[in-house]
Amino acid sequence: MSIDLKTIKHISKLSRISVDEKKAEKLAGDLNSIFDFIEKLNELKTDNVEPLTSVAETTLKLRTDEVKSKNLRDQVIKNSPKENEDYFVVPKVIE
Amino acid sequence: MSDITKQSLSELVENIKSKKLSSSEVTKAFVERSEKSKELNAYITEDYANALNKAKKFDEKPNLDLKLPGIPMAVKDLFCTRDLRTTAGSKILNNFVPTYESTVTQNIWNEGAILMGKLNCDEFAMGSSNETSFFGNVQNPIDKNLVPGGSSGGSSSAVAAQLTPITIGTDTGGSIRQPASFTGTVGLKPTYGSCSRYGIVAFASSLDQAGPMAQNVKDCALLQEVISTYDEKDSTSIDFKRNEYSKELTKDIKGKKIGIPKEYRVDGMPKEIEDLWKKGIEYAKDCGAEIIDISLPHTNYALPTYYIVAPAEASSNLARYDGVKYGFRAEGENLIDMYEKTRSEGFGAEVQRRIMIGTYVLSSGYYDAYYLKAQKVRKLIKNDFDDAYKKVDAILTPSTPSSAFKIGEKTNDPVSMYLNDIFTVPVNLAGLPGISIPAGHDAKGYPLGLQIIGKAFDEQNILNIAYAMEEKINFKNNINDWWIK
Repeated sequence: MSIDLKTIKHISKLSRISVDEKKAEKLAGDLNSIFDFIEKLNELKTDNVEPLTSVAETTLKLRTDEVKSKNLRDQVIKNSPKENEDYFVVPKVIE
Repeated sequence: MSDITKQSLSELVENIKSKKLSSSEVTKAFVERSEKSKELNAYITEDYANALNKAKKFDEKPNLDLKLPGIPMAVKDLFCTRDLRTTAGSKILNNFVPTYESTVTQNIWNEGAILMGKLNCDEFAMGSSNETSFFGNVQNPIDKNLVPGGSSGGSSSAVAAQLTPITIGTDTGGSIRQPASFTGTVGLKPTYGSCSRYGIVAFASSLDQAGPMAQNVKDCALLQEVISTYDEKDSTSIDFKRNEYSKELTKDIKGKKIGIPKEYRVDGMPKEIEDLWKKGIEYAKDCGAEIIDISLPHTNYALPTYYIVAPAEASSNLARYDGVKYGFRAEGENLIDMYEKTRSEGFGAEVQRRIMIGTYVLSSGYYDAYYLKAQKVRKLIKNDFDDAYKKVDAILTPSTPSSAFKIGEKTNDPVSMYLNDIFTVPVNLAGLPGISIPAGHDAKGYPLGLQIIGKAFDEQNILNIAYAMEEKINFKNNINDWWIK
């Protein structure tokens, strides 16, 4: 299998990471060598194997739906790069 | 009392409890040694003044019933610490100051320990050499320009160099055990669900576990009993009966069945590692254990499985870094442009690589071929261990396929870097506990470790085996303080 530059551009868009030509070429090389290594899994027949989604063989615990911490607005906003009163500020999205 | 920093955690606890030492004396000694050791670059953030103040307060009204009374401790910078910057080794969290505390660190402070600072690590714990950190390489105290392992490289370096009596790391694919092996220290990765993940910067949530890194097995057991608690804030935390590991520690392992998996004899394994393993088997026999040959047939598929599962989970976990709610932001022409520039400038190369792999294997058309396939193979790997544990109580393997390597030696070849974790990754995939103990040196004098893998929730058993073997091995670290002028 080979990951071409077009695919790299597509994944970078899905990942929301901008890449220029130079970086895309480097990534294509790296990803191809990593996927060559991953292809080894195709040696195994797994048609009748159940996928393992969690090693913890327990079911999720239920709890009462109650508020345990409140008035966290200041804490939530404290680390934001840009805020205006109680709101996060982002570039304009509506014309 | 001289040479405070040479004492083990257990000795320091005893000396503080018997009032031979005060917390201030101990804290001052470790702060002074840390200050003289800047060349190691083990710390990202120092909090020495606060630590000394807290030690003074502790001494005014000492509570000597606690398990870690007035003990200073630096921790991996992946644990959120209230009001102290937490970076995960990344530019994107360079200015992040948590408003809450991780459960694991809170457990430690509840027992009287004092935070000295935050230790360097690979960016978002993605690396095996600490070279992906935004805050630079960490030196291994064993030798100049030698990596301390990763991702908990600042932690391993700081414990080996005695800048902190003990520390905690996190282990997703080997990030506690491999750096412990590279620095001649002891590192325990507990069973998945043993230590709460609440407040730990997430990498791959089905694999991440916090654990102790120490100078010896007894110290490791003591810290494990402090950090391992059930926590309702982590939905994967498991409510099981936890031991007082240090109190129940015993060297009597007579009749324990220890498995030797033939598949760990990998192609191209250096003779030194093979010899170390043989020596380990002899030590285990000397301790009265019974050695049994076993097979873990899917071992060779663990790394490829890991490099699908871990990046997939990482790409999802790291979607939160968008420059809006916290962390670094790069300005952009519009919202999407801002996201893309923030993530391109804020994440380092290895993190970007893993996000891209993860995004790809989860993307439409590839999910079944990669992600689902990996989950199925993960099941086969777990089944291997389940079968083996019908015959044995624990498994003995080398911790790593080589000793520590030079800084820069493997940075250009991601796959050769990934191969470092070949013996540790299967343990995370199966959610089992594993401990690395120092067991010998290679021809260059660099430390080598052995790994003991246990059944789920059987930390006590592998700690006991490690404790018994530690005495027989009688390992001495060769550290000459080369970095202190």
